[in-house]
Amino acid sequence: MSLNIIVLAKQVPDTRNVGKDAMKEDGTINRAALPAIFNPEDLNALEQALRLKEANPGSTITMLTMGLPRAAEVVREGIFRGADNGIVLTDRALGGADTLATSYSLAQAIKKIGKYDIVLCGRQAIDGDTAQVGPQIAEKLGLPQVTYAEEILDLKDGKVTVKRRLESGVETVKAPLPCVVTVNGTAAECRPRNAKRVMQYKYAASPSEKAKLDEAKLAVLEKRPALDVIQEWGAAYVDADPEQIGMAGSPTKVKAVENVVFTAKQNLTLDDNDEQIEQLIKELIANHTIG
Amino acid sequence: MANFYTDNKALKLHLQHPLMQKIVSLKERDFADADKFDYAPVDFADAMDNYERVLEIVGELCGTTIAENAESVDHEGPKVEKGRVTYASGTQQNLDACRKAGLMGMAMPRRFGGLNFPITPYIMAADIVSRADTGFENLWGLQDCAETLYEFGSEDQRERYIPRVCAGETMSMDLTEPDAGSDLQSVMLKATEMPDGSWRLNGVKRFITNGDADIHLVLARSENGTKDGRGLSMFIYDKRQGGVDVRRIENKMGIKGSPTCELVYKNAKAELCGSRRLGLIKYVMALMNGARLGIAAQSVGVSEIAYREADAYARDRKQFGKAIIEFPAVREILATMKAKLDASRCLLYETARYVDLYKAYEDIARDRQLTPEERQEMKLYNKLADACTPLAKGLTSEYCNQNAYDCIQIHGGSGFMKDYACERVYRDARITSIYEGTTQLQVVAAIRHVLTGTYAQLIEEYQKMEVAPELEAQKKILDEMFAKYQEAVEAVKAVNETEYTDFMARRLVEMAGDCVMGYLLVTDASRNLSSEDATVKEAAAELAKSAKVYVNLGMADVARNAAFVASVKPADMAEYQA
Repeated sequence: MSLNIIVLAKQVPDTRNVGKDAMKEDGTINRAALPAIFNPEDLNALEQALRLKEANPGSTITMLTMGLPRAAEVVREGIFRGADNGIVLTDRALGGADTLATSYSLAQAIKKIGKYDIVLCGRQAIDGDTAQVGPQIAEKLGLPQVTYAEEILDLKDGKVTVKRRLESGVETVKAPLPCVVTVNGTAAECRPRNAKRVMQYKYAASPSEKAKLDEAKLAVLEKRPALDVIQEWGAAYVDADPEQIGMAGSPTKVKAVENVVFTAKQNLTLDDNDEQIEQLIKELIANHTIG
Repeated sequence: MANFYTDNKALKLHLQHPLMQKIVSLKERDFADADKFDYAPVDFADAMDNYERVLEIVGELCGTTIAENAESVDHEGPKVEKGRVTYASGTQQNLDACRKAGLMGMAMPRRFGGLNFPITPYIMAADIVSRADTGFENLWGLQDCAETLYEFGSEDQRERYIPRVCAGETMSMDLTEPDAGSDLQSVMLKATEMPDGSWRLNGVKRFITNGDADIHLVLARSENGTKDGRGLSMFIYDKRQGGVDVRRIENKMGIKGSPTCELVYKNAKAELCGSRRLGLIKYVMALMNGARLGIAAQSVGVSEIAYREADAYARDRKQFGKAIIEFPAVREILATMKAKLDASRCLLYETARYVDLYKAYEDIARDRQLTPEERQEMKLYNKLADACTPLAKGLTSEYCNQNAYDCIQIHGGSGFMKDYACERVYRDARITSIYEGTTQLQVVAAIRHVLTGTYAQLIEEYQKMEVAPELEAQKKILDEMFAKYQEAVEAVKAVNETEYTDFMARRLVEMAGDCVMGYLLVTDASRNLSSEDATVKEAAAELAKSAKVYVNLGMADVARNAAFVASVKPADMAEYQA
């Protein structure tokens, strides 16, 4: 059975490699100092999608991302690893969205895509760490959702079987299709970029990227129409209600951002006897440092 | 995330050598594929961008998955059961990742599913893979065999086998037998022709790397009753046919992830590749030359990891109140390791470029007649590749052994324990100066070029190149080293005794190597010291530093060898008799 798979991906600042200039003086993120990367758990989701595609020949994977026009990089990255095409949902009107407005906008885009069997995304993004967008999209689309997925075990007869990684262990659940699955970082790592696809699709460009290309590159694209795989959609195109997107659609208001630096330090010198060590261990357990 | 391409600036410097322009234009036949394949480059810049992007994939894969698996692969190793090999789980993961990344059949033409990479960026990938896991480089690097299949197989054989290699099936070259190691003329595996034109193979092969491969190239005796190399032919054995079992895998000292197999052929169905009787004298020679360049790359990878492990430890380890790198004795070892590493790498890519150039002409000659000028160029590059390959294999493998030794020395007592990577590096390094022809056999191949003056010719070209002011002094010393080398060569030639020449061969070849690598360091650095590319510029500065250290070392080595040649006369050889 061939499937239509949608993978949601977000371009995020690489918060795992935070240097001293990561925050501006006003407490907001200095995006220029942090490289923009493919949100790690979205890569785990992409790997699950690629496995579904391998098991179901003829399937199509569409990348969907919302962000600045340069988020086309994430779509291309997905295509380098095996996705077929992608959409960048980008519009000034979408800017400043919190998770609610984001999920609404993405849900509208998914409705616009229309035909899909399964929507996969990472559990959460490393910039906001909310884990809300996936579940909210499912709600807005009226679809069942499976969160914390570690592995898609099986997909047949209109049902998907998923192993979930929970705090206390694992759980295997079945859900009817179509549904939304959010994938955990403990799932299989995404496969590497494929050499041939990189050489092929490095030219693939979204409409706004094309507008900046030189003539030589445009000539290559003209000769290779199959590379026209990245679309750009705006808010109006996905029939989004202006009241529910961007700042207007975002009930979350940032009151203040504080830059917290942990300064507490403590040195302890113990004698080498069991009593003192036992006492220390008890303290560490009591204050939840260990155990 | 570690990336073994981007964290190693020297690679970009070597990739951007001026000769690449010519290599790429020959290899891409003026970009004729661009209209047929949408992953083919449209011009030189596009091709170079492709190589870099793909090397970044290789670097990422090596810096993460492959390097992370190296230790467990070394411990677990492959297993054999019921005649079949199972790789260590880490090896399996590595292979799977390489397949998904599309890194198999890199140098094969696009019409067979390959990436049509020149040898130079392909060898660069081998250099990177070897740094991550030296043993894994063998399995991955056996895709080289597809080159031989491409060069000598029929179009039908190419179409049937090469796409499988590009899709990730592995290969092996089945040459060695219990009584035929370095002396391959003694191969006994029996090939019998059947009435339908197919062949059956019977006998035993030993020490076969990746012996349970999907596709084997096999050297076998097709001519009944013959005893020498002219009775041997090359065959393709497809594992799908069955008939070859793995009797055992060797328990080796190093490169433990790479299964070394003893194979039993029981009426195994095979097909002839190329013409009868040319198996050893033509095809296996070509196969070995490719493999030797591969071992040179593997050796450079070993030198790289040995240097990095040693450097990191020396910065971290504190004794007498300071990091041990602060002590002159330690610093001297480290700088020497780096110089040997950088020198090895210069020679590796110099060789790769010559191989690229002559092979590109050879491939064009398959489709059309070369012009007289082209033919002449091909001959020249072929000669230079023939001269540089044994020099590179011989000397880079010796250097990587020295670097692995020094790496442990820097670690002190801890290096002798199994706790650090350096002990694995030391064991992995050891084979490089042995297989695909020992250093002694590389010397046999290289001494010809000492005597006929190929190296001298090459060096005279280097002497004409521009040298940065800061390396003028080194250039002067190199000119003196070269004069001493030529004096020694003339002295040995004047005696005119084969036995004496063989006796002195290693020293002469080493002297040639000291000069060639010294000039390469100086010219490669000089050309790039004011590069516009920041990465290349930084790499050039490092190279210039290594050039200075290396020339000091080379000067002393040449003097030592020159003194030996000058003072040990033919009559003295009697003392060396058993």
